Amino acid sequence: MTPRIIALAIIAGIVAAGSLIGFLARFRRTMDLEQWTVGGRGFGLVLVWLLMAGEIYTTFTFLGASGWAYSRGAPILFNLGQAPLIYVTSFYILPLIWEAGRRHKLQTQADFFQVRFGSTFLAAFVALIGVVSLIPYVQLQLTGLGLIVETASFGGISRAPAMIVAFGLVAAFVFVSGVRGVAWVSIVKDLLLLTAALVIGIAVPHIYFGGVGPMFTALAHARPAHLVMPGTTKNLGHAWYVSTVLLTSLTFYMWPHYFAASFTARSGRILRRNAVLMPLYSVTTALVLFVGLSAVLVLPNLSNGDLALLAMVRKTFPAWFLGIVGGAGALTAMVAAAIQLLTGATLYAKNLFRPILAPAMSDEKVATLAKIMVLVLTLGAVLLAIYSSLTLVSLLLMGFAGISQLFPGVVLGLFSKRVTTSGVFAGMTTGIAIALFLMLTGRDPYYGVNAGFVALCCNFLVTATISLLTRVKVGGFDEIPDVPASQPGAAY
Amino acid sequence: MKRPSIGAILLGLIPFAAVCFSVSLWDRVYPMILGLPFNFFWLISWLLLTPLCMWGAYRLEESGAAKILSKKGRAD
Repeated sequence: MTPRIIALAIIAGIVAAGSLIGFLARFRRTMDLEQWTVGGRGFGLVLVWLLMAGEIYTTFTFLGASGWAYSRGAPILFNLGQAPLIYVTSFYILPLIWEAGRRHKLQTQADFFQVRFGSTFLAAFVALIGVVSLIPYVQLQLTGLGLIVETASFGGISRAPAMIVAFGLVAAFVFVSGVRGVAWVSIVKDLLLLTAALVIGIAVPHIYFGGVGPMFTALAHARPAHLVMPGTTKNLGHAWYVSTVLLTSLTFYMWPHYFAASFTARSGRILRRNAVLMPLYSVTTALVLFVGLSAVLVLPNLSNGDLALLAMVRKTFPAWFLGIVGGAGALTAMVAAAIQLLTGATLYAKNLFRPILAPAMSDEKVATLAKIMVLVLTLGAVLLAIYSSLTLVSLLLMGFAGISQLFPGVVLGLFSKRVTTSGVFAGMTTGIAIALFLMLTGRDPYYGVNAGFVALCCNFLVTATISLLTRVKVGGFDEIPDVPASQPGAAY
Repeated sequence: MKRPSIGAILLGLIPFAAVCFSVSLWDRVYPMILGLPFNFFWLISWLLLTPLCMWGAYRLEESGAAKILSKKGRAD
């Protein structure tokens, strides 16, 4: 057997096993909207951990982070810096979001805005921002998966058919098992990814340099500038680091799929414990960076930095191991995309389509529409990934800029009695407009500061000012009557 | 809805100060520790130290929640 066939067979086996687990997860459960989107709010510590870790360690961590370490050097430290702080932030806000979710039967992020601010249009706007921002994120997973299969097959299988097959499977198990399927597939994927990261992160520096220490010593002699900020870039210095770490760590849970994942927990306490433990899992991120940094000296002339990790694995290990790494990477892309598709489809059906176009729609019909939307969004993302991979990074940055503008509304909605619907709406619009303007006109970073952070600060200012000038309708979740337990899904 | 206590918030600010605001103090290659450049060593250490801070915050929040519950119990 040729190395290509061995690697591909292993990748296919891993993807098939992962998908099978995804299908079996619905075993003996009726899949109504509540079960499909938030797993009946019954996940314990382990499943919540798996779901959140599964969602957070995406293709970007695997290929993008090592790629940045390879091509840009020290600015990638922002990824190590944000990792613990994301969970510090989540410690304070997720239990409150969970509590609001339980009392008011929230299933999506837009439901949160709907109930807190009593405005269907604000909720629809939030849902629109969510769906639009999720599409490029799904596209990123797809493109990463395509790169993996292409590299692992030594160019034998091109990206398009690989992406179509893998995402057909994703759409199918999301359709059948919902969020429970995603959490269970995460188990396989996490085991593989952890093993792969540990083996590669330790073995690669050891084989080429005799250890992590000698690798850094060699790099510090050959390329000293690579190891401190701004690395090989001109404008990613300390101001950029602080603003980027603040932006990403504060607003990370504004991504609608991470936000909604907190509703799956059985209690708020589980989310707190999860926040305490999660930083430990990020140690694998550091190992992945070591591989990218080794590649700087071993493979100095790669055309695409994102290939650094895979190219190092292909150069160093036997084909079967390349297959395992490729399989882990492919499942990672599938799990991340699955939850993004599920969230985007639910947002569209529940918070955009029904309230605006068909107010009389029943919950069962919304669930059916959401499932159909999974297929539509998958198809859209596959087409985008095949036909336009050039603007991917800019699309993703725009997505993040949009998502982070939801932060003032969520935080003030939880902690302030004085924030108003008009204030949040005005702040969000301002923030998105400023972020888009700065990014599209090439002003990111703006005077050395992350453009999204500049937009977020303006957003806060406008939200506060307009809120103080307008009349408060509802002063917080405590003033809103709970939805009785016997009325599932009736948020409004 | 119970908000986080001041003590728990202060404990959460420690990691923010250590890995975010103080970047110009630790972004350097030397001294290398355990074979790692100082900035890498510093950030990796905080992946391990942050759970300690947050475990403290968790204990504070849980004991606060327990007090509220026991007060409610007595009032009934």
